[in-house]
Amino acid sequence: MAEHLPVIVLLVPLFAALINALAGSADERVGFPLTVAALTASLASAVVLLLHVVAEGPISYFLGGWDQISGIGIELRIDTLNGLVLVTVAAVGLLTAIYSCQRVPEDTPGRVANFYTLYLLLCTGLMGMTVTADAFNLFVLIEIASLTSYGLIAMGSSKRGTYAAFNYIIMGTIGASFYLLGVGYLYIATGTLDMSDIHATIITEGLSDSPSILVAFVLITIGVWIKMAFFPLYGWLPNAYTFAPSTTSAILAPLMTKVSIYVMIRIMLTVFGSEYVFEQLGWSRLIVALATIAIVAGSVLALAQKKLKKMLCYLIVAEVGYMVGGVWLADHNGLVGSVYHIISDAFMTLCLFLAAGIFFRRLGSHYIDELGGMFSKMPVTMAAFAVGALAMIGIPPTCGFFSKWYLIQGGIASGHWEYVVALLFSSLVNAVLFFRIFEVALFGSKPAEGHGHSDDHGNDHAEPVKIDEARPATLIPLVATAAIIILLGVFNGKIIDIIQLTIPAGSIEIPAGTMSGHAAPK
Amino acid sequence: MQEFLQQTIVANFNYWIYVTLMMIGLYAMISKNNLIKKLIGMSIFQTAIILFYVSLSVKGTTDEVSIPIIHHHQEEAEHADHGGEKKGAAAAHHEPHAIDPTKYANPLPHVLMLTAIVVGVAILGVALAVSQLLYKDYGTLEESEILAAIKELPSDHG
Repeated sequence: MAEHLPVIVLLVPLFAALINALAGSADERVGFPLTVAALTASLASAVVLLLHVVAEGPISYFLGGWDQISGIGIELRIDTLNGLVLVTVAAVGLLTAIYSCQRVPEDTPGRVANFYTLYLLLCTGLMGMTVTADAFNLFVLIEIASLTSYGLIAMGSSKRGTYAAFNYIIMGTIGASFYLLGVGYLYIATGTLDMSDIHATIITEGLSDSPSILVAFVLITIGVWIKMAFFPLYGWLPNAYTFAPSTTSAILAPLMTKVSIYVMIRIMLTVFGSEYVFEQLGWSRLIVALATIAIVAGSVLALAQKKLKKMLCYLIVAEVGYMVGGVWLADHNGLVGSVYHIISDAFMTLCLFLAAGIFFRRLGSHYIDELGGMFSKMPVTMAAFAVGALAMIGIPPTCGFFSKWYLIQGGIASGHWEYVVALLFSSLVNAVLFFRIFEVALFGSKPAEGHGHSDDHGNDHAEPVKIDEARPATLIPLVATAAIIILLGVFNGKIIDIIQLTIPAGSIEIPAGTMSGHAAPK
Repeated sequence: MQEFLQQTIVANFNYWIYVTLMMIGLYAMISKNNLIKKLIGMSIFQTAIILFYVSLSVKGTTDEVSIPIIHHHQEEAEHADHGGEKKGAAAAHHEPHAIDPTKYANPLPHVLMLTAIVVGVAILGVALAVSQLLYKDYGTLEESEILAAIKELPSDHG
């Protein structure tokens, strides 16, 4: 049983989705307990896996036992890097699932069963993207995650959301197709699809000068950049996440971009190798400059927004810049900081989006100006929001401070001062943005209670809505997320140690020994 | 000149065709105003990539290379070989009916593309469903008209 954990993590939500699709048509109430149970099982397996990997080194798992003949089976491979990301994905999935209990029947009435089926498949896709070690398998899992997110975004009753979902489909398909094309070129050059086999073949056959490899790298990188909404390619993100139902944006915003960044790191370090990416190509300057523009542009655009969720979406664009830049600094601290930031940013974003969803539910408005007096009306929600906001600004002891600390150290050590300045600038902008919200929430004029706000469905609440604290089902995940943000910050040393098991101190690569690669058959 | 044509265009004509198709698809996806035309472009774009993969599996142009279907009289050789080209080649030394991988087109890209076709169909299905929703919401499938309608929406409406 224990040796099958890498696949159990994926199979539990997959089969739960199938059961839910069948049983849900009879009674949609099975969706919520089934989802929570499946994701709890996934989270438990992910934690066990992470502990196992920390203690005993990476695990390779071949689906269907196809490991006798090298290069044929589809491999799942877990080291501490994706072990951490896997736990993050499962935890965010579970927390959002708990949050969804009350929201989903309100946001998507009559389609609760469909929602949970898509939700479980989305979690399967995201966790699959994290654990797979096969380049083509990764494409399929990216598409599973993307397809379900198109459906989840379009499911909301917002008219703008539907159009945003259509744009996202077009952009997402271009991104995934570029990735697929890149994998094709890698296959031409190396004759294998297993990530570490591709790397081994590039080294042993001396293919690093081959134009096919270069084309493959460019296509894959652009494809993944579209998926993560890196600066020039971010156009689809803000509207898609803003106008999605709040449960959907609470799971997509923390995970989709972060898992894509993990995929980029995996492709760069495991498939192409650090010496190819950083030394031979020498594009660090250019891409760190792009990341710098992403950070500044995301922050400035966030400053211009009046809607809370949209502001958070532009902050995601800036955060993606942090992480892409951190990886391309070609510095150990920058890389470790990026991985750490993937985890901390997932929880920060989750916290802010959960809180934003609760505000929207209570106020019926996306606007920041309407948040007046929230500290006295919804103290717990606002306090948790404040924790997320402080982490986003980067104030100790939240995890946001420590990940930024590593990123800035990396920037200084590698001499990319423009990146350091952009990071500090963005932190200042975040401070301005969130303290503006705090000011409104503390001292702002309280909106007249009881007047009917038009909600997401477009129908007015006839009866007065009393604005008070959110229900426990939505508060528990929010408070838990806020607690995780602080815990991740307090125990930052442990997490850095775990990351360094895969990326040893002072190095910017995943050593061949860490990954149980076997010689490629040609 | 003729040599140039031979080497860059005739020898690699499959790449030229796929790139041309891909650019047609990309152009349609980005610049067409009608949403259904965008989706047609998306299909062309995906099909171009499928074509690219399928053309990878071709080995030579002689009649000796055939489709990767193995006849039954080679059963013994097959038993020794659980689907791997490597083992098949190794078995060639002592098995008279061993499989020679150079005589068959590479089946792997075909298999991959079966998956990619399914993914493409699923995306097209979702995209058509979303465009149907858009038509219900806005009464049109022209992007410019939808954008104009979005501007008219009340600002607080989700």
